[in-house]
Amino acid sequence: MKVWHYGDDINTDLLFPGKYTYTCATPDEIRPHLLEDLDATFAQGVQPGDVLVVGRNFGCGSSREQPVVGLKAVGVAAIVAKSFARIFYRAAINQGLLLIECPAAVDAYRAGSTLSIDAAGGTITVDGRAYSFPKLPPEIMAIGEAGGLLEYTRKKLRAQRAG
Amino acid sequence: MSQTFAQKVLARAAGQPQVAVGQIVTVRPAHLLMHDNTAAIVGKLDKDLAEFGLVRRDLPIIVLDHVIPASDEKTATGHAKVRAFVEKHGVQNFFDVGEGICHQVVIEKGFARPGTIIVGSDSHTCSYGAVGVFATGIDRTEAAALLLTGETWLKVPPTIRITLRGRLSPPVSAKDLILRIIGDIGADGADYAAVEFHGDVRHLTIAERFTIANMGVEMGAKITVFPVDEVATEYLFAAGVPRDRYEAVWADPQAPYARELTYDLAALEPVVAAPHTVDNVLPVGRVAGKRIHQALLGTCTNGRLSDLHAAAAILRGRKVSAKVRLLVLPASRDVYTAASRDGTLAALTEAGAVILPPGCGPCLGAHQGILAPGEVCLSTSNRNFKGRMGCKEGEIYLASPATVAASALRGEITDPRTVG
Ligand code: SF4
Repeated sequence: MKVWHYGDDINTDLLFPGKYTYTCATPDEIRPHLLEDLDATFAQGVQPGDVLVVGRNFGCGSSREQPVVGLKAVGVAAIVAKSFARIFYRAAINQGLLLIECPAAVDAYRAGSTLSIDAAGGTITVDGRAYSFPKLPPEIMAIGEAGGLLEYTRKKLRAQRAG
Repeated sequence: MSQTFAQKVLARAAGQPQVAVGQIVTVRPAHLLMHDNTAAIVGKLDKDLAEFGLVRRDLPIIVLDHVIPASDEKTATGHAKVRAFVEKHGVQNFFDVGEGICHQVVIEKGFARPGTIIVGSDSHTCSYGAVGVFATGIDRTEAAALLLTGETWLKVPPTIRITLRGRLSPPVSAKDLILRIIGDIGADGADYAAVEFHGDVRHLTIAERFTIANMGVEMGAKITVFPVDEVATEYLFAAGVPRDRYEAVWADPQAPYARELTYDLAALEPVVAAPHTVDNVLPVGRVAGKRIHQALLGTCTNGRLSDLHAAAAILRGRKVSAKVRLLVLPASRDVYTAASRDGTLAALTEAGAVILPPGCGPCLGAHQGILAPGEVCLSTSNRNFKGRMGCKEGEIYLASPATVAASALRGEITDPRTVG
């Protein structure tokens, strides 16, 4: 597992340039442009299970779900941030991508630190020291558990129809 | 207990007497705004629309504005897909290429009714707070789900109260005010929060409130909202929304605030947001003399008639620097028509401007005015992010229409107070 480490206020234009928003929609189209203007090595280098450790206000700017769809598709296990911008946060919930808000863990992280995440237990361990993070409320957690918002919605509508 | 605007709107929407900050409520928005991204949104629902149908024909407002007229076969195909969806499902509120930028159209055509909730698959949906709407951005997947169910969840936000005192002294403008606020509070200073404007709001026109509310998301705000006063009531009436069509909501006097700030409008000065974050705000004098290659006047932030007037007042009878391309992007067909009738467009073109169709144009870097590496654009838009205008080695500075016009004239960033 590799950790990709970035700073504060990383906006969605950096995560996925606006010029591709109307020409790339599928994960395969999105993948080569992921983080293109932030880190030219990312799209080539990212592996399933990798984690992003980032600063404040991650994902600010345009409503742009392509970076979320792309990061999920390449198998990013989680993004650990000091804070997230709200549209990005909702987009991640809707795609079932794990976001962790834990400023103390981000502060503790240094290049080369070891890091592991226990999502169910709500803890993240950096260099042997555990930090807890708040979990999502159950009604929001249910969206990710269903496989994302569209699957959740389909199940709900079918259940309503049957009931 | 006293409640904020956000608490009152969300309580009403949820059918509860009161809601607490942090509580999650289910709401049924009055409208869902979508634009060119409608193609991708409905693309997620190919089978679902056949199975479940569109929940309400009057829920979506669809405006083609982002890449108009289509720049290539792919965007043209996207537009065609949107038109086919509109036709097939009888979508009531559809605005094709040339009607304007989605946010301007929503307000201008009377969809923004005070006290309602509007969500949109675009971050600047927060603009409708200018007329007392709880308006906020969502992503495409949530928009897709809304087309099927008509409902979503919202978390009740804490609220920041900003009190305005006095009046702006031109050429200092609403753009300078909101840039100053974002510079002070930071790009994440209002993350997850609602921002209410109080005080001497009556001196601000709806166009000015629109500019301010539009940029709320640049400080992370969920909503940015103004009270519905006489100025708003008159504007809405002219837009075809008489007072009996809405029930305005405002915060109780003793509502609880997470943070309070006050601004003395007369003390403000022209500012710019320097690359590459919107909160990198400096007095214009600090960067005066910086050579620019492109100037952009317009967008959903500053593309209204009063903005074009402010620029034309500086440019009329003069010539833009030969080293600068001045692009003008009126916010809507109505703005374009009015500016054409009253001679504003003639004054701007005679000064050397290129008038673009009412849409987003170069604002998102898809077409119509992409920067070359090393070039600098001074823009009235709302984002100066790296790569935003299609080139990551380009630089974008943000400023008011007056500052952009004065700078286009000189070919370098210029304090509009120094241009007579
Ligand atoms: S003008 Fe720019 S900021 Fe406004 S909606 Fe269009 S792309 Fe977005």
